[in-house]
Amino acid sequence: MQRAALILALTALAGCGGGAVWGWHVVSPMTEQGVRNLEFLIGGLWNTVALSLTAMALSTALGLLVALPAFSERRALRAVNRVYVETVRSVPILVMILWVYYGLPVVAGVAINVFWAGVLALALSDSAFQAEIFRAGVQAVPKGQSEAAQAIALGRVDRFRYVVLPQALRRILPALGNQFVYVLKMSSLVSVIGMQELTRRANELVVTEYRPLEIYTILVLEYLALVLLVSWGVRRLERAMAAGQ
Amino acid sequence: MTETVISLRGVAKTFGAFRALDGVDLDVARGEKLVVCGPSGSGKSTLIRCVNGLERHDEGEIEVEGRRLEPGTLDAVRAEVGMVFQQFNLFPHLTVLRNLTLGPMRVRRLSRADAEARARAMLEKVRIPEQAAKYPGQLSGGQQQRVAIARALCMQPRVMLFDEPTSALDPEMIKEVLDVMTDLAAEGMTMIVVTHEMGFARRVADRVAFMDAGRIVEMAPPAEFFAAPRTERCRAFLANILGH
Repeated sequence: MQRAALILALTALAGCGGGAVWGWHVVSPMTEQGVRNLEFLIGGLWNTVALSLTAMALSTALGLLVALPAFSERRALRAVNRVYVETVRSVPILVMILWVYYGLPVVAGVAINVFWAGVLALALSDSAFQAEIFRAGVQAVPKGQSEAAQAIALGRVDRFRYVVLPQALRRILPALGNQFVYVLKMSSLVSVIGMQELTRRANELVVTEYRPLEIYTILVLEYLALVLLVSWGVRRLERAMAAGQ
Repeated sequence: MTETVISLRGVAKTFGAFRALDGVDLDVARGEKLVVCGPSGSGKSTLIRCVNGLERHDEGEIEVEGRRLEPGTLDAVRAEVGMVFQQFNLFPHLTVLRNLTLGPMRVRRLSRADAEARARAMLEKVRIPEQAAKYPGQLSGGQQQRVAIARALCMQPRVMLFDEPTSALDPEMIKEVLDVMTDLAAEGMTMIVVTHEMGFARRVADRVAFMDAGRIVEMAPPAEFFAAPRTERCRAFLANILGH
């Protein structure tokens, strides 16, 4: 099904453009120059993957951490959650990247390299959304679950860890998967501060080869492959977690 | 002989403008079986939910095993008080065995092997030893409720609270749950049971309490309670639930 859609899309792409002169040779695996260019393009893959994975891991942890005070009975703690979510959520990702890379070193007095600036900016931006997803997930677990856990005298931490969180995770897995895809795509923005990831590589090659259509098409396919991989992984995880129930 | 296990003095609980409990005094002796009935909204559930602190009472005092119920003693009291809910509230993401071992391992600090041995013994007792590896969703309602009883028993509580344990069950499954509860009563467990199963009350209860508008209106041994209810409200209630 997915393969059929892909072939269809490629045929449509090749067919359109009317009288445009195609230059697929710049990315053709048949020519020496094409291979070199492809290698250059795909060379950004590792950075994109490393950047996205690190940012996802960090934003998930941060999101959960930020969600916790939302369940507090204390107003002040709930306010902490609200202020964080509303503030961080309102900063555009591109602005966040620029601010973290150029602004944070001045404020914090520490040098920060492109990779970590990117990771931090993506993780911060995403954590506000993750926090909301976690909050919704935890609130969707029936109250009786927490009560049953209280009735067997489990403490606050154990109730959350063994009873509420696992059930919440199951519910929010599709939403988390969505968020992972989103982070992966948004990692392309880190190219603006010079990160040598997929998008940056494509931009650089376009400058020397003057073949934006072909090169950016390859870029699209690279992201498509990555996203499909993430989707597949999330679906597997969903199935594994639903086992037995 | 008449050692008091649970004692309530002037207990009141208000939800917004609704007074769910309006000054309840109650003593439950060791080994006693108390059945609580009454119309919906009369405060029966709130009463037993206050006993293990699932609801925090606003006024009065509750003592369990001589320990005053307050924020600092909540977990200690809960460890001695088992509770069975109308909706079972089993943990759906854990197998039956894990449902039973979680409390003993995390609260009583039992080893996995000890906790599992105890869990299997309890499953034996509620007559479903073969379901240990299944998930709650794979069981019938009656089986789930029996697992819930076993889960509470695994903590080796001194008192068991039952909050309408058969109300969510299909009629043919009510008996299997009541049978397990009857066994438990015969072993001398102290029990407070909120239920409308008047047959169970007649057979098992030492006393039956009738609640209305947040108060215990009437309380007597079952023979007396059913033969000669003293208040009009109780007579009307009994006529209603026994008459159909």
